[in-house]
Amino acid sequence: MLQMDWLPACPAGFDSLDTVLQQMRGRCDGPQGLKLLRAAAGCRRNFIQTSKADRFFQKITEGEAGIADDVLRPVRIAILAAHSVEHLLPATRVAALARGMNASLYVAPYGQYRQVIHNRDPDLAAFAPQFVLFAPDMRDSPLSLPLTATYDEVTAAVTRRVEELHALWRAAAEFTGAAVIQQTFLNMDLPVFGSFERLVPASDLSVFLRLQMAVAEAAREEGVLLLDMDQCAALAGGARKLHDSSRWYQARQLISPEVSVIWGDMLARVVAAALGLSRKCLIVDLDNTLWGGVAGDDGPENLRLGAGSPDGEAFFIFQEYIGRLLQRGIALAICSKNDPDVAEAAFSLSTMALRRQDVAAFVANWNNKADNIRQIAETLRLGLDAMVFADDNPAERDIVRRELPQVAVPELMDDPADYPRILSASGWFEAAAFTADDAVRVRNYSHEVSRMQARENATDLEAYLSDLRMVLTGRRMTEADAPRVLQLLNKTNQFNLTSRRYTGPEFQALADRPDTRIWTFRLADRFGDHGLISVVILTGEEREDGDPAERGRGLAVHDWIMSCRVLGRGVEDAVLSVVAEAADRENAPCLKGEYCPTSRNGMVSGLYRVMGFSEVEKTAGDDATFWVRSRDAPLSDRCRTACSLIRITTRHD
Amino acid sequence: MTDISEALQDVFRDVFDDPDLVIGPETTAADIPDWDSHTHISLIVAAEAKFGVRFRTAELESLHNVGDFETLIRAKLAGHSGPR
Repeated sequence: MLQMDWLPACPAGFDSLDTVLQQMRGRCDGPQGLKLLRAAAGCRRNFIQTSKADRFFQKITEGEAGIADDVLRPVRIAILAAHSVEHLLPATRVAALARGMNASLYVAPYGQYRQVIHNRDPDLAAFAPQFVLFAPDMRDSPLSLPLTATYDEVTAAVTRRVEELHALWRAAAEFTGAAVIQQTFLNMDLPVFGSFERLVPASDLSVFLRLQMAVAEAAREEGVLLLDMDQCAALAGGARKLHDSSRWYQARQLISPEVSVIWGDMLARVVAAALGLSRKCLIVDLDNTLWGGVAGDDGPENLRLGAGSPDGEAFFIFQEYIGRLLQRGIALAICSKNDPDVAEAAFSLSTMALRRQDVAAFVANWNNKADNIRQIAETLRLGLDAMVFADDNPAERDIVRRELPQVAVPELMDDPADYPRILSASGWFEAAAFTADDAVRVRNYSHEVSRMQARENATDLEAYLSDLRMVLTGRRMTEADAPRVLQLLNKTNQFNLTSRRYTGPEFQALADRPDTRIWTFRLADRFGDHGLISVVILTGEEREDGDPAERGRGLAVHDWIMSCRVLGRGVEDAVLSVVAEAADRENAPCLKGEYCPTSRNGMVSGLYRVMGFSEVEKTAGDDATFWVRSRDAPLSDRCRTACSLIRITTRHD
Repeated sequence: MTDISEALQDVFRDVFDDPDLVIGPETTAADIPDWDSHTHISLIVAAEAKFGVRFRTAELESLHNVGDFETLIRAKLAGHSGPR
């Protein structure tokens, strides 16, 4: 059975997954056990191996409290289904592990998905989910239309069903504060008209398709995410593989146990994307990955690419697929063992779908690929855990998996006809939002290289920065910016002072508070537009110290994040000067700052100090540090320098 | 032990994740603590895969102990459907 063929068969250094699981039985504790299990979770596995891996995972987390949460993002998901889901839980936890999360799951009592919301179930409230998945099915509340129903009657029935779901989403968001995920419906009925089925307005298929469309539209409006059962069926190898009617009658399983691993991975992807854990950059090899043949041996003009040879056409289509990933905001890097001039020359071939300027970082040399990938990550200011590496050579994939386990390496097999499917099926680029800024970003990654070169030429940093002709625009958040702001808050790890993460409803609640002011900052320079790069959220101060007469009137920086792509240019100093000025204009007696350390945000631990804030004495046992600046106090020299180098425009309305 | 009972034992060991599990025809859910409605389906799915057979929906009702599994699998492999 060809299941999950986009994943490696077993972790690097082992001969089979069963060997790994056997080894885990003997010794499966501590960080090493967890590391090995995470590697196993990222491999091709059937549902029985998955259950075993899940048991080991539970043992490890029970054996040593907090061990998983040191390295994994904890996440709580409530599953509210009309069908049986117990058999899907191990698959969900193991897939979450593979994607860097420690998932706790709550399952609503069988068939009670409406009741737990409408009756405000105390168990669900106590679980405090960050995500609520609704998984109804076509049988649990059928639309029951006669085959002779008219188009308008179908419309009315579909609208009623979607309104009911809509009300449920809102009630769930309001009750739990969680982000809502809706599992799309699965068509369980067989055609009675044959191909004519779609032409009959009230046929099961027509009603299903209308419902499917209406649910998606309502979800888009409401900011609800989808778990797409059509894609799940495609990954499972067909609708009958996904849904086995025998299992439905036996155990009310909508999803067959054999493909539970696919369903679990799909859910893990959606949740990971919403938490900002999706990958941001695709690193590809050249020879026999982007084109057929070896550029250095065959000569660029003899490469197989485009019309003229069957696999040449397949390589071209793969390039086109990558081109579409770029359009949605994924950065592209090249990592090839090649002569740099030969590799560059191939990019000027007229048969290439990708152009040289699409590539944000181009590394062609004879060094080991793990080192090159580290260098690419540094150049693009992205973490290794933001990278996907695509290479047709199993040896290269193996070395990268061993050296850089954070990098995702899909199992690109030897046929280019399969490359786009493998890359797509691996699900590493799952999205939870798509905004115009995503499309702009890719141009920025490419400009980054020109900027780097400019920096290397500039001997004097100030001259370089001045030469960039930066323009920073600060303004209060508009409605249209909200999705991008939420996305940035959730995925920024390094330049993030408090690392607070929000679901859609939580963010809305914060934005609606009367004392909240959300500032957004955009940056442009002579190489291009960076779009929205920083967010500062101010709220009324919460700590009760300072002059009693002015108590409670100060402002506090509740969140501050900035994209790392614009680091090292004084942008953060310019941002702070705007925020400080805004606080002064409001006559706030003080502006407070807070830094909450995580494993990733060490770079901003001393930020408030260098900006001229003084540290507030901290309470014992508190990891966070607190900082304060009094009204009209001067900012540091570096803030003043930054303001002289960056043109700042501010809108206070 | 026959080939079938040995292979069936492998299935049980795999599903219950216990390499030392020993089963006999009289073994029932009462003897294996983890044998519940959830793992019962896992047993069926794993046995179908192992023996390359497909149980009819009605046949699953008749599987109360290991002996029932073995009888049904033997009948399937011989080309008959199981006892009704």
